[in-house]
Amino acid sequence: MSKGIAERGYAKADVLVSTEWVAQHLEDPDVRFAESNEDPLLYSSNHIPGAVEIDWTRDLNDPVRRDYLARSGFEKLMRRVGVARDTTIVLYGDKNNWWATYAFWLLQLFGHENAKIMDGGRLKWIKENRPVTRDVPKYDSSNYRAPERDDTQFRAFRDQTLKHMQQKLPMIDVRSPEEYRGERLHMPDYPNEGALRGGHIPGALNVPWGRAVNQEDGTFKDAIELRKIYTEENKLRPQDDVIAYCRIGERSSHTWFVLRYLLGFSKVRNYDGSWTEWGNLVQAPVENPSAEAQDEAAA
Amino acid sequence: MKLLPDQLERLVSTLEALDRGDRIQMLIELANQFKPVPARIAQHPFPAEHRVPGCESEAYVWSELGAKGNLTYHFAVENPQGISAMALATILGSSLSGAALDEVAEVPADVIYRIFGRELSMGKSLGLMGMVNMVRAEARRQMLPSVVD
Repeated sequence: MSKGIAERGYAKADVLVSTEWVAQHLEDPDVRFAESNEDPLLYSSNHIPGAVEIDWTRDLNDPVRRDYLARSGFEKLMRRVGVARDTTIVLYGDKNNWWATYAFWLLQLFGHENAKIMDGGRLKWIKENRPVTRDVPKYDSSNYRAPERDDTQFRAFRDQTLKHMQQKLPMIDVRSPEEYRGERLHMPDYPNEGALRGGHIPGALNVPWGRAVNQEDGTFKDAIELRKIYTEENKLRPQDDVIAYCRIGERSSHTWFVLRYLLGFSKVRNYDGSWTEWGNLVQAPVENPSAEAQDEAAA
Repeated sequence: MKLLPDQLERLVSTLEALDRGDRIQMLIELANQFKPVPARIAQHPFPAEHRVPGCESEAYVWSELGAKGNLTYHFAVENPQGISAMALATILGSSLSGAALDEVAEVPADVIYRIFGRELSMGKSLGLMGMVNMVRAEARRQMLPSVVD
């Protein structure tokens, strides 16, 4: 069983809450629970009483361009789910909170610092037989006002990532080792997340996101275990300028959350363009150990 | 465009005609109707060769030969949160069991987008398409002896 959140030695322990904390705040008017999943059926099948759904595709993305909501869209979303600027948003979801941390990351682009993640995500809540409902709550609209989205602090774009690579600054590829090595490119016929080239950005370390999670209950590992992975094994330092990426930015937002909040790294950015952008870019530098091994075998 | 086997086409067309909310509710109802593989077909631990590659809901597929040479398809979904996988298992099991093998073998894996919509993530799509592909493979395998003859 994992330790209590306060005993895990995190740099900013208050960004995580336990399922028990959530159970005790179900009626708290200053807290809004929001479920964010990969599986589009899950929220409708049941959810924490009072929780709203924030759907990644429909609610947080620009419907036309590959980008996120601008200020007006974000304000509209927050008003719809009855969130005020001082409301504490507690996010949770499936897949060990991949999409919840993605939504958390986006909230930070709009400066909504009053946000938390429910440790262990949806599955932990369900396994503990805590209450669920199919009732979709309705909240009075708020008058939420957001600042313009700030992409400078936590988000990295293609050209910045290229420069980062050229300067040999630390970069983490959080995908599976098979994807990193270029053995698994994408699935045939999959329309949205494919890439024409496999491999990884030269110089990127491979630290799969899931290493930060306790397999038995989906909670985050404690700071000592996390430091073993990131600072001892992979030699990252809390003062480093780090970029994390994956395929579309969801898994890397999970690692971004770990590095920035649990380990207190001062400068971590998520390259949300990730491999679906880099692996399709003309002339982008790529390391592909799988292809190189094949070339050597053929020579 | 080649149509799907009749029952599957009917079910898919019904889902396509619904708005998103109603489609989700129907898929949840289908997931609730999911019946895991009977013990006479398979018991824990399930053999790895029946596991759907890439499916994070830990889905398994089996087929059972009927008197007329057609197959009944059975599924297990080990992740209790694997609702989409359960819905798809119900759809494939109810609409393809007993269907002509050559038609089952030709069901396109991307039928999942007609069922669930095109917003599926890559990971989710990979698993669900893997389930369709496993069913197709079962049908193909059953067809093989007649091809060899």
